[in-house]
Amino acid sequence: MKARVHISLKSGVLDPQGKAIGNALASLGFTGIGEVRQGKLIEIELEEGDAGKAREKVEAMCKELLANPVIENYDIEIG
Amino acid sequence: MRAAVIIFPGSNRERDVCAALKRASGKQPAIVWHRDAELPAADLIVLPGGFAYGDYLRCGAMAAHSPIMREVKARAAKGVPVLGICNGFQVLTEAGMLPGALLRNKTLSFICRDVHLRVENSQTIFTCGYEAGQSIRVPVAHGEGNYTADEATLDRLDSEGRVAFRYCSPAGELTDADNVNGSARCIAGVFNESRTVLGLMPHPENVTDPLLGGTDGQGLFDGLVSALQ
Repeated sequence: MKARVHISLKSGVLDPQGKAIGNALASLGFTGIGEVRQGKLIEIELEEGDAGKAREKVEAMCKELLANPVIENYDIEIG
Repeated sequence: MRAAVIIFPGSNRERDVCAALKRASGKQPAIVWHRDAELPAADLIVLPGGFAYGDYLRCGAMAAHSPIMREVKARAAKGVPVLGICNGFQVLTEAGMLPGALLRNKTLSFICRDVHLRVENSQTIFTCGYEAGQSIRVPVAHGEGNYTADEATLDRLDSEGRVAFRYCSPAGELTDADNVNGSARCIAGVFNESRTVLGLMPHPENVTDPLLGGTDGQGLFDGLVSALQ
């Protein structure tokens, strides 16, 4: 079973990298661009066969290490 | 004062901080490798600057879960002072020993130059060598030093006198231009609740000898020696 963890900065937390990407897109001539936010994607292969248990496990991983709750949100996809 | 300096793979300022500690205390600090589960008896624990674990995942995140950090947390809980400089500050926030987090600098660039800091609270073991309101010149060298915390936490830090240093002008004024990395409320360093843990982004250990271009960092180490003797 595979888990995909999407980690993003919480809204309100300044994302200078996202801003720089937005500026670069604008300077390349792309128009109509609003705010750009950069995040992370972490893929984890799990031996667990039960989707519920897998989610629980990954949830614990996010809380302990993968995300920093002060600045980041996370979203778990199991499949 | 006997100090223990913890090194992680990627730490690179341990020699600088050992030299500063030795100069102030006359005693060579113990060097402790991050995989060691035992920490020698120490009056002060120091987490030095560098790039522990190559800053993988988030600065300080991997180091915060190193075996030795369990012992560091246990000692800190007993009141042993802990000083985290630069990457050491990032490790302390990731370990939950200090509030807030350090984000990418607002300029996106690595900043390596002297800055001025205003000493906000001189009633602590770390800052008793300074006067409150004093402006000192200390170098910074970081890409992720932009301090952030939610408004309630920032208010609490302010009202409890837990901001140690703020980026300022040479005259001690807080301006956007002097807030080099975009930190919330110009914060350069914070204390824990008992003021026995300090984390700061600038490098006071690098201005403890006239040969290094300044001695404004000496007050921190001298203060610790006088407070912990």
